Amino acid sequence: MTPFSARAGKAAQATGHAAILVFFVTFLAFPFAWMVITTFKTTQDLHNVANNPYLFNDPPTLDHLRTLFADTAFVQWLANTAMVGAAVVIITLALAIPAGYALSRMTGALGQSLGVGIFLTYLVPPTILFIPFARIIAALGLQDSLWSLVLVYPSFTVPFSIWLLMGFFKAIPRDIEDAAMIDGLSRFGAFLRVVMPISLAGILTSIIFTFTLVTQEFVYGVIFITASSNYTVSVGVPTFLVRGDVYFSGSMMGACLIASVPIAIIYNFFVDRFVAGFTGGAVK
Amino acid sequence: MEASAAAVECNENLNDMATVEVRSIRKEFAETCAVDGIDLLAKEGEFLVLLGPSGCGKTTLMRMIAGLEQPTAGDIVIGGKVVTHLPPRARNIAMVFQSYALYPHMTVEGNISFPLRAAGMPRDQIERKVAWAAKMFGIERFLNRKPRQLSGGERQRVALARAVVREPVAFLLDEPLSNLDAKLRNSARDELKHLQRELATTMIYVSHDQAEAMGLGDRIAILNQGKLCQVGTPQEIYRNPVDIFTATFIGSPPMNLLEDKDSYTGFRPEDFLPKEIGADGNTVSFPFRVTRVEYLGADRLVYGAIEGRTAATHVISKMPTMLRTEVKAGQLYDFSVRQEDIARFDRSTGARLYGARQ
Repeated sequence: MTPFSARAGKAAQATGHAAILVFFVTFLAFPFAWMVITTFKTTQDLHNVANNPYLFNDPPTLDHLRTLFADTAFVQWLANTAMVGAAVVIITLALAIPAGYALSRMTGALGQSLGVGIFLTYLVPPTILFIPFARIIAALGLQDSLWSLVLVYPSFTVPFSIWLLMGFFKAIPRDIEDAAMIDGLSRFGAFLRVVMPISLAGILTSIIFTFTLVTQEFVYGVIFITASSNYTVSVGVPTFLVRGDVYFSGSMMGACLIASVPIAIIYNFFVDRFVAGFTGGAVK
Repeated sequence: MEASAAAVECNENLNDMATVEVRSIRKEFAETCAVDGIDLLAKEGEFLVLLGPSGCGKTTLMRMIAGLEQPTAGDIVIGGKVVTHLPPRARNIAMVFQSYALYPHMTVEGNISFPLRAAGMPRDQIERKVAWAAKMFGIERFLNRKPRQLSGGERQRVALARAVVREPVAFLLDEPLSNLDAKLRNSARDELKHLQRELATTMIYVSHDQAEAMGLGDRIAILNQGKLCQVGTPQEIYRNPVDIFTATFIGSPPMNLLEDKDSYTGFRPEDFLPKEIGADGNTVSFPFRVTRVEYLGADRLVYGAIEGRTAATHVISKMPTMLRTEVKAGQLYDFSVRQEDIARFDRSTGARLYGARQ
């Protein structure tokens, strides 16, 4: 191989690498880009099919955000979502951490079938489950209350988080717990002071996933909540920003952007850092 | 000499009777019996090696001593106190795991001080002890690093320092050298023996490596299929095995066995030498047809078969290279063994037969 053809080969390889990277970055960033463009674009500009959809043909506008904040209870919805999200996260962690740990350490057939059983409950769709839930909510007198959502959402966040955490706990070598128990801790102490800190990445991931699931849930929200002041973002936005067949696309995209960007940022900042080599060096 | 002051202070804490004993201990898992009624005593300051093939129950036995497994029956006595039903933390033993089991989220300093902090020791005392342990293993430079930033040998030292720092009644070591490369293993073995002499603490060491066991152990306990076969000094185990398992498990190559009517005749390869250089006195000779000769540097391994017998007669002779006697494949030679180097074993039970000579 001549030096020239070697160099050409290398260049081709680099180009291929870059092309794949560009494709995926575009693919994954496109929804965010679209949200940003649409939020600040005039409705006429958006609806005119002759315009290039990726550019601002008219000057950017803040009208849509103004509509979102002035004409709807968006801030209230955000606060509601945050409240429900926080409560659900607490309930989920309180149930899923011990359950995930127990299942990850139960190696027999019983542990296996319990794990599968818990996963199956995650597969029952809300469109079926809301019927019995409606009876329970009514019996508890929680209609039109955010607490109904706090009660119902763990039905899908808990099984999901149990499975997520099980994976993290399984990755922790048992030797480390044994060592901690010999070094003077009880099993619970070893769990608290050794297992929990090591699986911080898993716990953070499950917090973020739980919060995301709560933010995007629609069916229960629309069924159990009637007063607009009690809406969550995922119910309030489509209810108020789709009037008949008129879509307030700009305001909807603005709402989506505001709700999703913080989660994306938190995920990028925390999880990547914690996941990378956190258990490295424990064994061998 | 702050380090030695700390050491003296530790020795005061040691129990007068730093012995570890198991009494008719059994451990059954679902369908198998991992440990089947073992009685064993590790004396004060002794280096006792539990040696056996994988699955012989040695690790289970050690985990029961540590309190990580509950025995099905029997008792565990540490420092003169029955601890069978006490949790691991109440037994004052330290364990070094094969995987080292360092806490990955803590620094080396955090790892070493962990057992002391768990015991609620005052901070200044912890600092002194950590410094003492770190100095002992030459890891002062790494105190602020995380385990993942250390090499295998350095991690092993941290694991040892964490075990030593709390001055336990006994150390349990579960194949702590098996993750090191061969060269490092030799020096680590040396240091371990030195450490044990210095601390004079009872050590129980699990191994499947007979060279390691012979080199380290004051006494060796041979385990097979959950049962204790023999306990003794390396010399006793090697020269006077009590059954066929011990005889063939220890020694490389293993003891030669010749099948007889109701017994086996056994002798070590290095005792099986050409007749002309065999020692005077009472010897037994065999016609030896050589099939293959392996040159190993210090020794020659001569493979072949004893002629004039019906059953399996393949044997090996280990000849030191300093014996210049020429041995060639395909030839028939007269080889002999001293009578006193011959052992006989019962054919059905495998137990050693004493007294009756051929």
